[in-house]
Amino acid sequence: MSIKETANEIFYNRIQEETPDGEKLRNCLQCGNCSGICPFGYVMVYPPSRMIAEIRANRFEKILGTENVWMCVSCYACTSVCPAKIPLTAGLMTGAKEELLLAGNVPSELQIALENSQRYGNPLGESPRKRADWAREIQPEVKIMGKFRQPVDVLWFVGDYPSYHPRVQLIAKSMAKILNALNINFGILGPEEVSDGDSQRLAGEHGLFEMLAEKNGSAFSKYEFKEIITTDPHAFNAIKNEYPKLGISYPVRHYTEYLAENIDRIIPMIKNDINARVTYHDPCYLGRANNIFEQPRTLIQNLPGVELVEMPHNLNNSLCCGGGGGGMWLDGFQWEKSHVRLSEWRIQEALSTGANILAVACPYETPRFEDACKNIDKTGKLRVLDIAELLTESMGI
Amino acid sequence: MKILVFIKLVPDLVEELSIDPNGTALDTTWMRMIINEFDDHALEQAILLKEKQTADVIVIAPDVEGVDEVLFTALAKGADQVIKLTGDFSNANNHAFARAFTPYINNIQPDLILTGVQANSDIDGSIGPLIAACQNQPFIGYVSGVILEDKRAIVRKEYPGGVIAEMSVSLPAVLGIQSAEQPPRYVAVSKVRQVMKTANIEEHQFDAIDISGSPKTNRMFQPETSTHAEMIEGNPDEIADRLVSVFKEKGIL
Amino acid sequence: MSRDIFVLIEHNQGQVSEISYIMLAAGRDLAIAQGSQVIAILFGNQAENLAQNLSADKLLYVNHPALEDFTQDAYLITISEIIKSRQPGVVLFGNTTIGSDLAGAVSISLDLDLASSCKYFTSDGKVVSQICGGKIMVESNFSFTTTLITMLPGGYKPELGQSDHPPAIENITPPSLENLRIKNINFIQPESSDIDISKEPILVSIGRGIQTQDNVELAEELAEALGGVICASRPVIDQGWLPTSRLVGKSGKQVKAKLYIAIGISGAPEHVEAITGSETIIAINTDPKAPIFDIATYGTEADLFDLVEILTHRINQAKGNR
Repeated sequence: MSIKETANEIFYNRIQEETPDGEKLRNCLQCGNCSGICPFGYVMVYPPSRMIAEIRANRFEKILGTENVWMCVSCYACTSVCPAKIPLTAGLMTGAKEELLLAGNVPSELQIALENSQRYGNPLGESPRKRADWAREIQPEVKIMGKFRQPVDVLWFVGDYPSYHPRVQLIAKSMAKILNALNINFGILGPEEVSDGDSQRLAGEHGLFEMLAEKNGSAFSKYEFKEIITTDPHAFNAIKNEYPKLGISYPVRHYTEYLAENIDRIIPMIKNDINARVTYHDPCYLGRANNIFEQPRTLIQNLPGVELVEMPHNLNNSLCCGGGGGGMWLDGFQWEKSHVRLSEWRIQEALSTGANILAVACPYETPRFEDACKNIDKTGKLRVLDIAELLTESMGI
Repeated sequence: MKILVFIKLVPDLVEELSIDPNGTALDTTWMRMIINEFDDHALEQAILLKEKQTADVIVIAPDVEGVDEVLFTALAKGADQVIKLTGDFSNANNHAFARAFTPYINNIQPDLILTGVQANSDIDGSIGPLIAACQNQPFIGYVSGVILEDKRAIVRKEYPGGVIAEMSVSLPAVLGIQSAEQPPRYVAVSKVRQVMKTANIEEHQFDAIDISGSPKTNRMFQPETSTHAEMIEGNPDEIADRLVSVFKEKGIL
Repeated sequence: MSRDIFVLIEHNQGQVSEISYIMLAAGRDLAIAQGSQVIAILFGNQAENLAQNLSADKLLYVNHPALEDFTQDAYLITISEIIKSRQPGVVLFGNTTIGSDLAGAVSISLDLDLASSCKYFTSDGKVVSQICGGKIMVESNFSFTTTLITMLPGGYKPELGQSDHPPAIENITPPSLENLRIKNINFIQPESSDIDISKEPILVSIGRGIQTQDNVELAEELAEALGGVICASRPVIDQGWLPTSRLVGKSGKQVKAKLYIAIGISGAPEHVEAITGSETIIAINTDPKAPIFDIATYGTEADLFDLVEILTHRINQAKGNR
């Protein structure tokens, strides 16, 4: 056996063994559904089906030499349409990224985000001590578990972008106001919270993911709470589906699930009409990856004056904003290869529905869609708002 | 070929810096130490040289918080041996470090010593020339390209205005690296963790710290800036309007 | 031991560099306070003419072919001899590719104290240095023996180190300069086909904050609207997004623009020292503590991704309305 063959075999076997249902990789029919639905499939030299063909032909090292795997935004579209039910995103694409990373083939933008995650616990390179600074002006005070040291009902895992990104901090503040208005006994980890690590995991850094998960796990174990809620679908996915594999197991819900359950308490607090045509973008990690489609819509439909319209690509067919799988930190790279921004594609769809508001539920989305609006919707007709912001607007808080 | 790389950790400027109550040193309570960016380039340059020809890369660093991870990362990047100097370095300066290395350099007899051209915490000169003088070796700093030959190195030294001097220096020599020929490579966390399980950091105790060569610090303080920009506030449209009127005032528009 | 202030003049390719004049100005201040003299030290090969504009009480000149261009070993041997025999109070070196290579080596060989990154001297004779990217200042005392100092620009105006009356020259016999281990092979000039940013009146400069190569276009459009050109700080050049001829900074060009717009640049000392000669500096940076705001004329914390495009648009509108 030549060394090349061994490396190929090792990869093929590894991803089958390490991914749940990984052995289904052998059932690939080469139907091409995956490559067809992939939002960047047409740019990739080796979209998923072709990648499998190359591996079967013992030519994996060809893929290692290209950069096109970095076009994958881990949106799960391929996985959701595969008739053989192959775990393409989690197994094949992530596995390929892991190999590229080990070989040192990683675009510099992504490298910086990964190094920042390692050093500061967040990809933005901000000081961990300032992770809860966004909450300073909120009254009643947002409880930081390290100072509060009493049991709470709900531990709110805030996430990187809501903690540090100026636009997304507004969403964190909205969420805090809603929880306060509902008199929920909640706390946040603040400086003890680090990145959930899910996007880093899907970008090929499993070691980094484990390191971050361990830190969060150790912070969780210090405090008493009944459940975790999160404003971030990526964190939701990680804590629900990946952390338990590392022995970190807590009940967790996305905030839309939590608030939908509390809708009867929210409705009486609503004072203002929204009076808009609203369309909702299903985030990849809430919708396609975790089957949560109803609860966000319930929340929106209960706002007075709202006409909810659907975009052509909705529910399971939603179009990725381009932020997943490391995409949030590969914009320059992906733009150079494709000259297309997935977020702009989505804004065009939103505009085509005649909507005034594009409602979102993932922290990557507000900055990405607002940037896209600047290029596409120059008239400023479309507002991009997180569901939490819609709620605070209608609750008048 | 033996290449020795000297690494220092420096205060991370992402965190707020403050002065300790004595007023003569930095307050280390919240200080995060990270690898000096130029030393990271020196390490990268050493690994690149190793990849081009047979060479052993040995990394030495003084023991401060965070140094273990830096040394294991160096091994994961391809260094052959890493050495940690232990002792009380809280008052050490570059002169002290340069002297502390002398016995190791004498033992190892490297052909080339690489270190970063400067570090943000330098108060008594950058360390490269100090090491070179302790060894009576020649020094070239602000280097952004190195070719190693048997008995000499050909280097590119940066001058202002984008001018580059191509120079030769006989070995053994010390170089102060400004930038490696490619940016420091990424190494996966899993690789570093694996190295942590299998590899070893050699430790050598060093007690005698000789800090002579640096004038005594009276005090450290944060600069009071007597001037500050006139800040323009508002939304982007308002700011743009104000800037356009500034341009008009200055005759640009 | 005298209290004279020695200043090692730096030159390259027949030009005295600006730091030399800054050091002479600093030396003058010190000399007045201490009642001593400023003595310029010049090494070269047939290079006496470089002394023309130096403001000093005297010049010590060493002529030797091996000193034509800077090499650390030849300069080290020569300056060490001079310091040993003359025992000045202070020796000023530039904190540069010449001075920094030398000063530490002199410190160890002659067992003299060295204070680096000095910005200025106080009126009561203390040394004030700048560390940690300019965020921390260190004040120290002169030693009882000769003190070596490396100096940063910014504390003194170079004009104050210049004079119409060249200093009196004393020729010093060079020491033996044989078996030197460092040689200059060749000087490589930057690509001259590109624009010389040091001569451009309007510059739009980008730094790390620009994030991706993609966004360089934003700055180019702004530059075009203003009739200027783009340039950058080190991180952008290192990524290869602009050619090295566009580097503004210690290792790049010094600029004296009418208008310098710094976008996503934090203001590290190596960059700032190259732009302080500009008339109007505008800084766009989301970090309110970025050191660039200390030297800029106008500043804004707006996000460059929100502001730059709008600004370009407004400028084009303003031009169109004329």
